[in-house]
Amino acid sequence: MTLSELGWALLRVAIVLGFLLGSLPLIIWFERRAIAWFQDRIGPNRLGPFGLFQPIADAVKLFFKEEIVPAEADRLIWSLAPALSLFPALVAAATIPWGPNRLLTPVADVEIGILYFLAMSSLAAYGVLLAGWSSNNKYSLLGGLRASAQVISYELGMGLALATAILASGSLRMTEMVAVQAEPLWGVVPFLPNWLVFTPWGLVGAALFFVCMLAETNRAPFDLPEAESELVAGYQTEYSSMKFAAFFMGEYMALLTISGIMTTCFLGGYLAPVNWSPLQSLAEGVGGVFVPLAVLTGALAPPFWFLLKLAALVFAFVWVRATLLRLRYDQLMNLGWRVLIPVGLVNLALLTVYLLYGWLPALAGYGLVTVLYVFWSGGRARRVERRQVLLYAEARPYRRQQEVRHG
Amino acid sequence: MTAVPMSAYLTLAAFLFAIGAAGVLIKRNPIVIFMCIELMLNAVNLTFLTFALHQPSLQAQVAGHVFVLFVIGVAAAEVAVGLGIIVVIFRLRETIDVESVNLLRE
Amino acid sequence: MAERLFFFLCAFVAISTAVGVVASRNPVRSALLLVLNFFCLAMLYFTLTAQFVGIIQIIVYAGAIMVLFLFVIMLLNLGSPEAQMRERELRRPLAWLLAIGLFLVLVSQVFVVVGGQSQPRVEAGTARVIGYAMFTQWSFPLLIVAVLLTVGVIGSILLARRRSA
Repeated sequence: MTLSELGWALLRVAIVLGFLLGSLPLIIWFERRAIAWFQDRIGPNRLGPFGLFQPIADAVKLFFKEEIVPAEADRLIWSLAPALSLFPALVAAATIPWGPNRLLTPVADVEIGILYFLAMSSLAAYGVLLAGWSSNNKYSLLGGLRASAQVISYELGMGLALATAILASGSLRMTEMVAVQAEPLWGVVPFLPNWLVFTPWGLVGAALFFVCMLAETNRAPFDLPEAESELVAGYQTEYSSMKFAAFFMGEYMALLTISGIMTTCFLGGYLAPVNWSPLQSLAEGVGGVFVPLAVLTGALAPPFWFLLKLAALVFAFVWVRATLLRLRYDQLMNLGWRVLIPVGLVNLALLTVYLLYGWLPALAGYGLVTVLYVFWSGGRARRVERRQVLLYAEARPYRRQQEVRHG
Repeated sequence: MTAVPMSAYLTLAAFLFAIGAAGVLIKRNPIVIFMCIELMLNAVNLTFLTFALHQPSLQAQVAGHVFVLFVIGVAAAEVAVGLGIIVVIFRLRETIDVESVNLLRE
Repeated sequence: MAERLFFFLCAFVAISTAVGVVASRNPVRSALLLVLNFFCLAMLYFTLTAQFVGIIQIIVYAGAIMVLFLFVIMLLNLGSPEAQMRERELRRPLAWLLAIGLFLVLVSQVFVVVGGQSQPRVEAGTARVIGYAMFTQWSFPLLIVAVLLTVGVIGSILLARRRSA
């Protein structure tokens, strides 16, 4: 590796890390304002214009808090757990291409890009597990076990959704996945790109991935392990000051990283929603002042589109948090194992039908599966109803006569 | 790849295998014994991959990688069943010390 | 030169964590050191151009199997100081003698076996080639391993289920 290659690599790392760490205050501010707006109140607006300095105040408060170390806790593991929670969240963003320039993005364009993300996100289970255990506190232990059980359960659904994306694009390399999505829509429509969400398997896969994203990052409605009204803040109970800040940061970094993966795999990455650039055609046709303008917007546009999609996903996260009720733990596990994994498997099977036989059998397959599911779940409700009807008919009338005799 | 000789990888794998074997013999906690078995399996994987790099044909090289994937899969199944057994023994006896769980020996 | 340095670094950490797994009295620390060991081995797999196997090692071994180990250790509460057991003091020298003997036997074979270097092919480690081989030449073992994993999952659930009286 030559010196210039090393320099470019360090620049790439600096850009990604700078973006992740620098957008953290913005996300915190945005979440609090947006949730307040959903709940018909104002949110933080005292510190700075529109309350923009609120995250800085939070950081300063957390910095100056006293750090309480629980007695008889395993000191080394207790100190290590927040770092273990923050590290995979930051590192997993290494293979996400946020632009077409291969000198600047991604940090590492490896053959196994998407599997690298899966590997780093499966390490997320360690931070919560060790935090819960090393605090030497029953509530933390239970919270940690629950949180990591949730994380590993939804990893399977995430893997199946990503398997759909991998199969549809034919490569594990993230830049290849984006390049495949630049083709014309469904092969025929020329000026719209073939983002994976515009295909039925991509749509189901993206929905599946979105739900699993919420569960992986312990975001509502899957935030049982860390909800304040539940297990006394769960695995984070014994953490204060900077270690709590590290958990907090880790959660938001994971949110950003995983949104980046979703935009790259399903939403077309840095591609614009329209495959036609009027400035480019003007520059080619007319020339003159349009040429540098086209070059400039051509260079600036892809990161802008990536950021826009990222922002839309972050808004979706916040929207879901403000809207949906928290799931109970057994409902959560039921959803992960008995709903999302079958949906992912059926989706993958129908994608292989498309790859083998074409789009018409695949769409027919989707229709068939939908019809079958409607009949099955309708039948389930009707069967329950029939049982209730039977019970009602079994109510004994003679009991009322007995009461009359007593009275 | 040509800078580091094959024998270095093989020696490392032999070392890890020997340490894993010592751990299986020394430790009393069956979970840690399991972990040492995993260590031995990983040493074997390293050996497989080292030899796979220096095979003459592509098919033989890929066979090495495929075999390592099978070893990882089988190890996963073995860990699941083994830890299930350990959990049951702990529920029955309140201890999992291999010195105490010795009914079949006497 | 850089490759040798990287190899020595990874090998050193792998050896020290392996010794730590055996020497530590706390099973949680043993498990965490083993995770680090798996990471170092994955790095070594990457240097052997086995990138697919390496990343699968991190996903499956370090990310799933060791989490399962830690779950069981924590559920059985084996990490607390009163639950830690002492090793068999008596048999320890014999175990180490056996291990050293095993190591010497294996190393003696290493320098016999190593001969001619053939050209390493980078594409042997890619997912495409491995996947093709898995589904054509090795499809029967693949199906057997799939059945094995299913049986393992069902078996471990059945084993560890509480019998409701």
